[in-house]
Amino acid sequence: MPDTGYLLAAVATAVAVTWGLRALPFAVLAPLRSSPLPAYLGAAMPVGVMVILAVYTLRDLDPGVPGRAVPAALALAFTVAAHLWRRDAVLSILGGTALHVALCSTVFAP
Amino acid sequence: MVTLRRGLRQGLEDSGPVGLGAVPMGMAFGVLVAHSGLAWWWASVFSGLIYAGSLEFLFLGLVLASAPLGTIAVTAFLVNFRHVFYALSFPLHRVRGRLGKVYGTFALSDEAYAVAAGTRAASFGGRRILRLQAFVHLYWAGGATAGALLGTVVPARVAGLDFAVTALFTVLALDAFRAPEPGRRDVAGAVLAGVCALAARLVLPGQMLLAAFALFTAALLARRALGRARP
Repeated sequence: MPDTGYLLAAVATAVAVTWGLRALPFAVLAPLRSSPLPAYLGAAMPVGVMVILAVYTLRDLDPGVPGRAVPAALALAFTVAAHLWRRDAVLSILGGTALHVALCSTVFAP
Repeated sequence: MVTLRRGLRQGLEDSGPVGLGAVPMGMAFGVLVAHSGLAWWWASVFSGLIYAGSLEFLFLGLVLASAPLGTIAVTAFLVNFRHVFYALSFPLHRVRGRLGKVYGTFALSDEAYAVAAGTRAASFGGRRILRLQAFVHLYWAGGATAGALLGTVVPARVAGLDFAVTALFTVLALDAFRAPEPGRRDVAGAVLAGVCALAARLVLPGQMLLAAFALFTAALLARRALGRARP
């Protein structure tokens, strides 16, 4: 278990970087607004960043171990289908997670 | 001058729809903290101070693995870099005073931005914007604290709960993808990101996130350069 000093330093690091990213751009607003490259990256990056993060959370899955891969694939399919259908983030996230928990603790219980 | 009572009700109304999403997500985060073995109040510290939903889920995994502070800084930078662009349209100029601006930027979460930069908030004054932000902040931190407390009471470890993080990013990806009109959606960009993530997973599994982001950024820049070269 990580110790308190390390945890506080980690929190301080994350806070400093996050707040810096949120506050500093207001100070350099003018050049950012007129420059086309940040505008292009700002428009093109979000979708890809979220896709990469979603894949990252599934990095430990091995198709050779169906007991873990199959529930994740089914829950992912449910989440995508539910979100395309209803566009309700709460429903999609809670529904997908509930399905995953149900599958992991019943049919695919180790 | 708005009375306290009216101000609170206004804040509740302005932030209500966002609260529907923020409270359950905060609770899911709190339950994960409780199940990680950390004391419940770390959920309040993480969600109240870092206050960046998607980063917190990654942050929890990183600190449990005792990741170096440099890794945490780089991850926070990459995950939250999108906030840089919020400065272009968040109405901070309406918020008065140094303290107000400090809190206004500190609590500039995705949800707060989405409401404050929306068309309905065009007439909101500075105080109303700050109240709205405080409510969203409270939903998230309150939800996380409640989740952590409930998580410690629930005796058995819930298998498969970590899927909430995958579902969150999947939903955010779909929302970001569908924001523009159908003809302008960036299908190639989304596929490119998936390929970059898989390539990073196979080639550099220890530094997957960093490698994937670097690869994806390079690919976007290359695509732009090639697009420009074309007549």
